[in-house]
Amino acid sequence: MATLQFREALRAAMTEEMERDDDIFLIGEEVAEYDGAYKVSKGMLDQFGPQRVIDTPISELGFAGLGVGAAMNGLRPIVEFMTFNFSYVGFDQVVNNAPNVRYMSGGQFEMPIVFRGPNGAAGQLAATHSNSTEALYSNFPGLKVVSPSIPDDGKGLLKTAIREDDPVIFLESELMYGLKDEVSEEADYTIPLGSARVAREGSDVTIVAHSKSHHVAMDAAEQLAEKGYEAEVIDPRTIKPLDIDAIVESVVKTNRLVVIDESNPFASVASEITHRVQDRAFDYLDAPILRVTAPDVPAPYAPNLMDAYMPGADETVDKCLRVLYAE
Amino acid sequence: MADQNEKTKTDGTDEAGKAAEAATTEPQPSPLSDNGESEASRQHPWTEQSIDIPDGPIEETLSFETYPADQFEHDELGFDDDEAFDLLRSMLLQRRFENRCRQMYQRQKISGFLHLYIGQEAVSTGSVNAIRLGEDSIITAYRDHGMGLAMGIDPEDGMSELFGKRTGCSKGKGGSMHFFDHDRKMMGGHGIVGAHIPLSTGIAFAEKYQGTDNVCLCFFGDGAMHQGAFREACNLAGIYDLPIVFICENNQYAMGTAVDRAFAKPDLFKHGYNFDFPCSLASGMDVFSVNKAVGDHIESYAREGQPSMLEVRTYRYQGHSITDPADYRAEGELDERQSEDAIVRLQQYLINHDLATEDEIDALDDEVKQEVSDALDAADAADFPDEEAIYDDVYSQDDYPFIA
Repeated sequence: MATLQFREALRAAMTEEMERDDDIFLIGEEVAEYDGAYKVSKGMLDQFGPQRVIDTPISELGFAGLGVGAAMNGLRPIVEFMTFNFSYVGFDQVVNNAPNVRYMSGGQFEMPIVFRGPNGAAGQLAATHSNSTEALYSNFPGLKVVSPSIPDDGKGLLKTAIREDDPVIFLESELMYGLKDEVSEEADYTIPLGSARVAREGSDVTIVAHSKSHHVAMDAAEQLAEKGYEAEVIDPRTIKPLDIDAIVESVVKTNRLVVIDESNPFASVASEITHRVQDRAFDYLDAPILRVTAPDVPAPYAPNLMDAYMPGADETVDKCLRVLYAE
Repeated sequence: MADQNEKTKTDGTDEAGKAAEAATTEPQPSPLSDNGESEASRQHPWTEQSIDIPDGPIEETLSFETYPADQFEHDELGFDDDEAFDLLRSMLLQRRFENRCRQMYQRQKISGFLHLYIGQEAVSTGSVNAIRLGEDSIITAYRDHGMGLAMGIDPEDGMSELFGKRTGCSKGKGGSMHFFDHDRKMMGGHGIVGAHIPLSTGIAFAEKYQGTDNVCLCFFGDGAMHQGAFREACNLAGIYDLPIVFICENNQYAMGTAVDRAFAKPDLFKHGYNFDFPCSLASGMDVFSVNKAVGDHIESYAREGQPSMLEVRTYRYQGHSITDPADYRAEGELDERQSEDAIVRLQQYLINHDLATEDEIDALDDEVKQEVSDALDAADAADFPDEEAIYDDVYSQDDYPFIA
């Protein structure tokens, strides 16, 4: 194991895959000369040259489409969005071309493309720069959506995503790029999509949370432990495919579920998990499923408002105590 | 958006202001170019554009090649006599095929949107005969039956697709707007106006990346040029030196909006000039003009890594789609345009050059009609997809377990 920042783990994944397969290239705004807006691709231009690490103009619709066309014609693009807020400018390519070409051609074309970059709120960036896109992209058949919370998962899942023959939305986090943790150095280290990670075992309440919210869940679990309740924390790691079996298995054990999701609540990942759990484990539930999400408002700027906007450990503890009827 | 975690590079722009010879700026070498200059540009990433503004007006002389009708002969374009006759076969096949499509729509054998290409057949046939089929690729919009047939999609497979049958060229999953043929490098058939234009940059990028000299022809209508996707794709093609010919099939109407009502600059071929592309204007009512123009753009520009733009002026005889009576057209306009018909023109050419007799042309027409009729029978007899096929080809993995 090596101790790496999240950004270094992602870079290791891309670098290893690009060393393995010449058909893989990285394209996006500031990925090359600038070394990546968040330094994820730092040094990759020097290693792979300008043929494979390619700067673009500010042209998301154009270069997202370039990636789709290149994937149709035999290459394996990694398309970096500087943030997923900007993917909306290229939305049509991501949701109406990438996932549909295989289907509407009767399976004649592969679509091995990864769209990756940071997603979700990242401090006081206000409404246009704080979008959580996971529910949105998960709504499109043909796309896969990955959202890791720790560097090791970041590496293993990104390597898998790059090897997929389907379009993958790979959601990172500005606030986690500097997060340091142990990362596997195993050759060929991959983690399958659709496989959740049980980060903490417990028998009293299940907390499901992905990406940054996973760390909120772990904090909340510590606080609950001090109160005498053991929470089981599950990180789904991939939103689509979703490892609902792992979540149901945990709920069957704990009979209680709280879902943290920093997205806005309407038709969110938390909504989907809630629906599926009541469908699969209704008889096992001893309390309504509760959610901890952003409110149904745009992200604000003022620091106190932003604190109120983001899901937090205290709110999570409160909701857990409610489903435990321990308030 | 600045990086919050690490400080950004400082850029030493000490030479940025060095006196410039001209106000115009030479483009940087493509990051894809293999000439070693990219490494140099990495050492000097700052702009070389001058901020010293010269006195007086900046004047440029523009020149655009033209390819009018009735200017080119088959043999000078490299077609022997039989090949000239085959051009007529290709164009007739498209017209007879689509005439029957109209009928089949009325009989409710075909559903969904149905956009007919009748009147524009010289564009597809002229272009396909300028490429290396199976190596060069073509991507087009939703008015795609003619292009598919010209590229060699079997009329049975095309008609079966329109009927929604499992034997269709897209297995009944695409319909009229989404004809695909992977092996012939027919890259679709795309339904959203302008959305396929960026795909052409990726298709061409892949050819360049893999070191081939294959090119991509990207067809789109006059209406698609309003989309930002067109501009973004042109710019990417320009900076990466991609082997593309952007071909605007200007059929005069974007749905019901006449071209001169919708463009601030209706000379569409000139729009490529904004990207320093060589630009030309060709008649789409003469298959030889199209073939010459497309051939020139491929061999002089695309295969040399220079993207270019060609406007082909043509005319759509039918409405935008099958349900459009085209009442927005001026009285007499259709008749006037039909007097320029490319199929009639080629028939006349073949007769005038003793390449075919009227009887031979009639026999060819009968033969093509029979081929289309057989395609109809085959499409009618074929099965719809199995209901389970709705789950096929969503993802690469067969029996993908996660579909909700």
